[in-house]
Amino acid sequence: MKIVVNGELVEVDAATLEAALIELGYGDALIATAVNRDFVPKTERSNLALNQGDVIEIIAPMQGG
Amino acid sequence: MEIYGETIGSRLMLGTARYPSPEILKEAIRASGAEIVTVSLRREAAGERAGQKFWDIIRETGVRVLPNTAGCHSVRQAVTTAQMAREVFGTNWIKLEVIGDEDTLQPDLFGLVEATRILSDEGFQVLAYTTEDLVAADRLVEVGCRVLMPWGSPIGSARGLNNVYGLRAMRARFPELTLIVDAGIGVPSHAAQAMELGYEGVLLSSAVALAGDPVAMARAFKLSVEAGRLAFGADPLEPRDMAEPSTPVLGQAVLA
Repeated sequence: MKIVVNGELVEVDAATLEAALIELGYGDALIATAVNRDFVPKTERSNLALNQGDVIEIIAPMQGG
Repeated sequence: MEIYGETIGSRLMLGTARYPSPEILKEAIRASGAEIVTVSLRREAAGERAGQKFWDIIRETGVRVLPNTAGCHSVRQAVTTAQMAREVFGTNWIKLEVIGDEDTLQPDLFGLVEATRILSDEGFQVLAYTTEDLVAADRLVEVGCRVLMPWGSPIGSARGLNNVYGLRAMRARFPELTLIVDAGIGVPSHAAQAMELGYEGVLLSSAVALAGDPVAMARAFKLSVEAGRLAFGADPLEPRDMAEPSTPVLGQAVLA
């Protein structure tokens, strides 16, 4: 299915958020996730079924002021 | 100073952005004596692990982190960012920014109060980036905020304390709260002035990161914050309009 990851359209086979993260190469990365603008805790990623057109944000630590 | 019941030794908090290199960032943190640094969150590309690399650098320094919601312009965006930050950084602290004006980066005080209410209810300990507006401050306190961070002047402007009267009034109104001047500090004298007003601390970023010698500037700020706090506790002389001789005139020879 096609989903949007960090603003880019991508095709994934995965059915859940956790599987999609692995498929996309995020594996053990230190990240937090949101789907359709709602935060999805790490513990919920395996339960979250993805749908066509879902918008996923994957963010990580960076410098801040 | 106290932040939500925790005692922090240093009154200087430092940003981590825009340093010339990670090595200089680490040296500047050490030179500043800061025990808390601010961090943020941004999109991560697959396979890059840039976030992990940055996080490793910060962990090497041994300081605590204060995640921010920089760049958020809505309540929803700020709340979701805070929730994500809590998971990544493992802290309930959040430096809450809800930006309302693009040119001045002035906080949206209405959105700030609403986001503070939501996050406080979820167990966050909010350090609110606000203005010196007393009504907004009252509302923030009502919804659970215990650390107010009024701006000195717009973020990155290096203009120092634009409204000393307003900051003084805020200090007088909230004697029990932890107040920290955040944003607009350009040089150490600005930080000292904030401390002389009785503020618990200052948070600054660009003033150190973009200085020609960030490490030296970090140390300069450390000293100025300590000097300002010491002066505040030493009951400074009140200003007056007319001169008052500092040398006693009693016993002066009559030579005129």
